[in-house]
Amino acid sequence: MDWISWMLPPGASTFARDIDWLYYLILVITGIAFVVVEVGLIWFLVKYRARPGRKAHYTHGNNTAEIIWTTIPAVTVVVIGLLSGGVWNNIRGRESVPADAIPYRVHAQQFEWNVTYPGPDGQFDTPDDFTRRNQLHVPVDRPVVVELTAEEVIHSLGIPAFRVKQDAVPGMRIRVWFQATTPGTYEIGCAELCGLGHYKMRAVVTVHSQAEYDRWLGQQSTIAASQ
Amino acid sequence: MRYPILCGALLLAACGGDRGATPAADTTAAAAAPAPAGSATITGTVRFSGTAPANPAIDMSEEAACQAKHTGVITDPQVVVTNGMVSNGFVYVKSGLPAGVTYPTPTTPVVIDQNGCLYTPRVFGVMAGQPIEIRNSDPVLHNIKAVPTANRGFNISQPSQGMTTTRTFTTAEVMVPFECNVHGWMNAWVGVMTHPFYATSGADGGFSIQGLPAGTYELEAWHEKLGTRTISVTVAEGGSATAEFSFGPTT
Amino acid sequence: MATIAPPVEHAGHPLVDDRSFIRKYIFSTDHKIIGIQFLLMSLLFLLVGGALAMVMRWQLGYPGRPLPGGGVLPETMAPGGVVLPEFYNSLVTMHGTFMVFFAIMPLLVGVFGNYLIPLKIGAPDMAFPRLNMASFWTAVPAGILMVAGFFVEGGHASAGWTGYAPLSADPEYTGVSAGQQLWCLSLIILGLSSILGAVNYISTVINLRAPGMTWFRLPLSIWSLFITAILVLLAMPILSGALIMLLFDQTLGTHFFLPAEGGQPILWQHLFWFFGHPEVYILILPAMGMASDVIANGSRKPIFGYHSMVFAIMSIGFLGWIVWGHHMFQSGMNPTLATSFMISTMLIAVPSAIKVFNWLGTMWGGSIRLHVPMLHATAFVAMFVIGGLSGVFMASTPVDIYIHDTYFIVAHLHYVLFGGSLFAIFAAITFWYPKMFGRMMSERLGKIHFGLTFIFYNMVFFPMHQLGLHGHMRRIYDPSIYDFLKPLGGLNRFITISAFLLFATQILFMINFIGSWFRGRKASNNPWDDTGLEWTTPSPPPHGNWPVTPRVYHRPYEFSSPLVEEDFLPQDRELDTPPARAGSAPGH
Repeated sequence: MDWISWMLPPGASTFARDIDWLYYLILVITGIAFVVVEVGLIWFLVKYRARPGRKAHYTHGNNTAEIIWTTIPAVTVVVIGLLSGGVWNNIRGRESVPADAIPYRVHAQQFEWNVTYPGPDGQFDTPDDFTRRNQLHVPVDRPVVVELTAEEVIHSLGIPAFRVKQDAVPGMRIRVWFQATTPGTYEIGCAELCGLGHYKMRAVVTVHSQAEYDRWLGQQSTIAASQ
Repeated sequence: MRYPILCGALLLAACGGDRGATPAADTTAAAAAPAPAGSATITGTVRFSGTAPANPAIDMSEEAACQAKHTGVITDPQVVVTNGMVSNGFVYVKSGLPAGVTYPTPTTPVVIDQNGCLYTPRVFGVMAGQPIEIRNSDPVLHNIKAVPTANRGFNISQPSQGMTTTRTFTTAEVMVPFECNVHGWMNAWVGVMTHPFYATSGADGGFSIQGLPAGTYELEAWHEKLGTRTISVTVAEGGSATAEFSFGPTT
Repeated sequence: MATIAPPVEHAGHPLVDDRSFIRKYIFSTDHKIIGIQFLLMSLLFLLVGGALAMVMRWQLGYPGRPLPGGGVLPETMAPGGVVLPEFYNSLVTMHGTFMVFFAIMPLLVGVFGNYLIPLKIGAPDMAFPRLNMASFWTAVPAGILMVAGFFVEGGHASAGWTGYAPLSADPEYTGVSAGQQLWCLSLIILGLSSILGAVNYISTVINLRAPGMTWFRLPLSIWSLFITAILVLLAMPILSGALIMLLFDQTLGTHFFLPAEGGQPILWQHLFWFFGHPEVYILILPAMGMASDVIANGSRKPIFGYHSMVFAIMSIGFLGWIVWGHHMFQSGMNPTLATSFMISTMLIAVPSAIKVFNWLGTMWGGSIRLHVPMLHATAFVAMFVIGGLSGVFMASTPVDIYIHDTYFIVAHLHYVLFGGSLFAIFAAITFWYPKMFGRMMSERLGKIHFGLTFIFYNMVFFPMHQLGLHGHMRRIYDPSIYDFLKPLGGLNRFITISAFLLFATQILFMINFIGSWFRGRKASNNPWDDTGLEWTTPSPPPHGNWPVTPRVYHRPYEFSSPLVEEDFLPQDRELDTPPARAGSAPGH
């Protein structure tokens, strides 16, 4: 485990590409600013240390300098803002949820995630629906939309590998979508303090190939029907 | 202006006082007559006729340490009927005891354990002021949330195996629910009594209440899903009587 | 602006002080004593807040292991010395609460607002001395109530220092009832204390400036305290209002924030952060102002770009009102609204950047004396830059999706509040200690304390960026529950040990602070060769500060001025040569 690395862990969703790219851009920009300022600071401390017979340079400022170091940061942050706005719109914008996204319902409560699947018919509130505790299964390379609700307090659906985070607010139904790109299992954690069991609200996302997912879905539906 | 606030703050700080292991139990105030020695017994069974409703399945797959303690399909034992006999029926004397009599509060705790992510026992009785010792035999976090109506509730956690915590209830209540929020299927029920005349029916549906003075009693059987039934029973001094509680599928 | 006539007992007469001990030191109306009272109270709470963090760090470094000495804690907090999850949440909550409201804010605003404003503007005291006394003595019961929460049934507040509803609004969700109510009540009362103080500061700066002390001759410490006081006046009432609503939900059956009867959980967040964001600028502006004073002194140069600095303080104060939504990007708030908050948040980086460059400009070409205050002030700049730059990541709404509620945020907030505010506070305390107590602190002990604090501080908080980037959530009792966090156990342990060392190092400061009070070298009027008005009167100043109201002739920070032989020109020193012609020395 690299203790000093500024790299992000691997992402497994389409969001990860955009978000990670933005992150690295900001890292480079702030990294340059960091080096310039801190090195400058240390250099000044050394170079302009008090020495006998040397008087400080008496000046009250420089307007050109002010203009330069106001404009450059301002332009930089505006550019970062515009680029970020585009990515944000793709993730959270009004029209951002793909029309063919597979629906899920995730109900957050102290201290479990209850995931309701619409079953093979793809419709909710039909007899083939079933609910699993702390398990989200999705097919790879398909957009998925979660209707997120909360029972009593604010929770937050956090899936770091997918760069997904959305607060679940009681009284609200919030849609959060993503598209997984790599089969495997990934962890979900609650990202908003919700009580003494907050740390224990762990769930698992399993990303299947389409065939496997269909098989799993059929299986679960049958088990649910028999209970 | 500052003095009332200061006094108020000191008062507030003083009246909490929760530094000990258990919230203080009220001592029974009235100087009442000691319990007269009784020796009557009421026995009986709790029965169910018809097909018992199916118990819901429990999905423990995301709590491996608990799942490992079970085999096969795990169901939540809400209604346990064996050969028509109902387990976990809480039977207690609802009325009929002589007035103004107090019964000594036992100091031995009643133990409730969390094992395999289920409460054991699921249903039990305790006397007001008697310690309830809550144990965690699982290597996972459980919280125990008590939601009474007449008593003061609590919500405490036991994050590791082997932890024990003791609590008491001070007021009679049928029944105080216990729940775990980390494992939403976990439920238990505690009957808080001011007398010792209660029992929980076993696997054979049977119960036995002893040491009663002679008299006519209203006996109630409570079940978490099937409801309640009441029977009137009379016993003579040193005698015995039976009570059969019947639940049916229409409850 | 006209100055109010000074109180009769000071006008032209030698200062006579015949107050009783109680009136002089306990229920005092003297701004200097009140400032010191706030100082002692706040340092105590700084210690408390730090101790709470040590227990938290123990649990994070060694999850589930008994805390050494933890056996003294009651079973409801840590049975057998093992911290319980609900107690951990209380620790998290109370660490933040004590540090923000009872340590950093009073250290900056209560201590230095009180101590510096009258002295640096040439006034005998605050405009309303008795109101000032009330301000301190209102903070005391607030502090008592906040401590009392540890001793009530159900434990102390555990919904975070941000107290999000519905978790904080209904005891059923936490098991905490009286504790959460005391938290609300205490902060409401503390708000009153702050508002009383703000009224005083604003009135004093506007009305009691000595003749010649024009607005643009005010030192930046005063500018920042003035703007901060306006923020306090406008922001604290919002918090009080929100807390009253929360208290009503908790106790009276109202449903402001509880959704069952139509309440809105997100409303709490809007109200809290509408207060909360100006609050964090309250926590940094005075630090910036005082750091400016110290940096100019340490560099022996005027502040570079004084007018830009004033403009930057005002911009931060103004823009701080329209960025609050950046705490709520993932809250379920309308995403379009989030975008507008992103824009304002990006913009507020600019005035902070301006200030950083001007501090660098001040040091450039200077004759830098690295006395202890200057060491702290320089560290302030260096650390604040890190905190500010890390803020750019979270200002970007998509990147915030990943880093919200992770340790990246914890790293950011500690870089600005500790690396920023607290180092500036150390700079201010070490700088003005001689004036306050009439004694010099030990330079040697001060340098050792600084060096160790700086090193350990970075060992604690810099790796938190890495934790956050790895996905480590905030407020998590036991990270090892998650497979993806298990590899971070070693890093958490490293941070924990560094935190213990950091905390232990503060003993050096306590020894220096207390020891110097009794045995420090006696301080002259102006041990730092500074230009401010406070250095023209004895250390410590008498009640009333000056026998005669000073007159101001120069702008602040006139170090290395060609007009005089010494490398500093006090603001009240009248020169034989007439002042420079109008137009040749702007802002004179």
